[in-house]
Amino acid sequence: MKTKNTFQSPVLAFLGKQPALAVMALLAVFPLIFPFHSLAINILLFGLFAAGYNLTFGYTGKLSFGHAAFFGGGAYGCGILISQYAIAWPLALGFGVVLAGLIALLMGLLAMRTRGIYFAMVTLALAQCVYFLFFQANSLTGGDNGLRGVNVNTVNLGPLKLDLLNPLVKYYFMLVFVAIAIWLINRILNSAFGSILEALRENEHRARACGINVEGTRLLSLVISGMVCGLAGALNAINLSTVSIDSLSYHTSGQVMMMTLLGGMGTFFGPFLGAGIFLGIEHVVTGITERWQLIVGVIFIILVLFFPKGIWGTALARYKK
Amino acid sequence: MQRTRTSRLAFFTAHPGGRPPVRLCRVYQQKTIDSYMELSFNLIAQQLVTGLALGSIYVLVGVGLSLVFGLLTIVNFAHGAFFMVGAYVGVFVFAKTGNFWICMVAVPLITGAIGMLVERVLVRPLYGRGIDYPLLLTFGLAYVMMDLTRMAFGVQGEPFEAPEALQGAVDIGIGMFPLYRLFLIAVTSVILFALWLFLEKTRFGLIVRAGARDPLVLRVLGINVSTVWLAIFGVGTGIAGLAGLLAAPMRGVSPEMGVPILIEAFVITVVGGMGSLGGAIAAGLLVGVVVSFTTLFRPELAEFSMFALMAITLIFKPNGLLGRKGLMG
Repeated sequence: MKTKNTFQSPVLAFLGKQPALAVMALLAVFPLIFPFHSLAINILLFGLFAAGYNLTFGYTGKLSFGHAAFFGGGAYGCGILISQYAIAWPLALGFGVVLAGLIALLMGLLAMRTRGIYFAMVTLALAQCVYFLFFQANSLTGGDNGLRGVNVNTVNLGPLKLDLLNPLVKYYFMLVFVAIAIWLINRILNSAFGSILEALRENEHRARACGINVEGTRLLSLVISGMVCGLAGALNAINLSTVSIDSLSYHTSGQVMMMTLLGGMGTFFGPFLGAGIFLGIEHVVTGITERWQLIVGVIFIILVLFFPKGIWGTALARYKK
Repeated sequence: MQRTRTSRLAFFTAHPGGRPPVRLCRVYQQKTIDSYMELSFNLIAQQLVTGLALGSIYVLVGVGLSLVFGLLTIVNFAHGAFFMVGAYVGVFVFAKTGNFWICMVAVPLITGAIGMLVERVLVRPLYGRGIDYPLLLTFGLAYVMMDLTRMAFGVQGEPFEAPEALQGAVDIGIGMFPLYRLFLIAVTSVILFALWLFLEKTRFGLIVRAGARDPLVLRVLGINVSTVWLAIFGVGTGIAGLAGLLAAPMRGVSPEMGVPILIEAFVITVVGGMGSLGGAIAAGLLVGVVVSFTTLFRPELAEFSMFALMAITLIFKPNGLLGRKGLMG
């Protein structure tokens, strides 16, 4: 135990001071030490998704079950422009992010009218509504079959040509956007706005008494969170070159919530760790049995009962002791 | 008579070989409109009763969810899973006994017992830890219950038919109507009446109502609150299980059947008001009727209609039709 602590402490100290840089550095090294590159891309993108979710759940203290709508909205927004209208990928990516932000704005306007635990139920129901909307718009989204042909095979950057069919190149291509998003999240959390968010989580009434516009702040944070999740979704559309209707489903919202809680909500590194462990478990267990949801469900229950701070949160708390 | 015949004949002869339709057409049109009007009155009345039958399932699910929330302040994300378990217990008991009526008794008892076990072992350690934790726990539990069901009964759905005595249709004055749907409405009314008697007329019900107002005072008065909570969790999940059995002939039985009903139950809770039993009943019936009528006129919008209803409720009455303010802080 003691040796472990001495091994961990400098790492933890470094991560504690510069979480954004540390996460970026880790993600940059990750595919070099991890042999499964397509899984690495999944972890990267779902880590970003979970980091966006964490803005709502971890930092604002709102339990949402509707983030699939942002992830899927971003994916469809980007995918439809690329596959149906042959629009250049940077524009499509931007459109996906904006669309996710709009969905978040609409959802927030409705859901913010309720308080407390209602939020989870309303976001879930509204996300289901978005699911049906995309499901019914068959000609545009491909309905049940999903959207196909979101092909971005090469990216031309002046003299530099990136071959996205190479998983390692694709990973670093995605990492650029993920790094920008991480930097932005870090910037937001360290700003006055970030302090207000945490103030809301800790004590809404006191924050209100201090003259903070509670509803406006929450709405803005949900929109930012939605846009980050939308970016993750849009990148995932390019990654898979298809968008499945499942990306909008209840299970996607549940997955990202489990990842965030698994890693540690309200921590910077937690979501990425959670995404890694969750997808790692899924990867290993699906090879053995079809019943991986059972394993994940049991792990999740144990986590809620005994380690509500998640893996990274528990580690941080131990370290601070 | 004679005159029309001749005139019609004249009409025909005046247009040999051509289509004479102007007049015939008008008669024809008149007739369809008449029969359509007649049909449409019956159709609307029938659709209303269909909506009430559909709503009965919603009411049962919503009441169970609201009961548990109102007393324990737990949002039970496994409520849909208990609904699904109820249907599968029904399939199992029916296979063993071949008697639907035994299922009607066994399903709520067995599902309720599973619910009480869950409360005792998993949910109880979380009391006092914040409102999100039981929610998260039951969310994970729903996955476990779903996969356990898949392991026991297979991935494929199971057919489940209504008992023979309840098949077929009866004339209820607005045309023939499936007997089973009438049965649904009747059973729901009986259960709601029994629940009302239990909550309003028994000593235990008094404790339950007091506990919903202020559990602390109840504890100060020397009442063992945890027994009450255990029982209420059992009642709520038992009713969910029964709803699953009752819905099985209409919705089919599959491991995933709990997911849509969970979302529908949430819509009902939001529309009716959190923790309000009256609200759950009103909202359940309302949602049933709205969905049923949208299915009649714009079937492609049927799935949206309940969400639209929820959005309207949120805009104009954020606490729900009969919701209390400040229940969840």
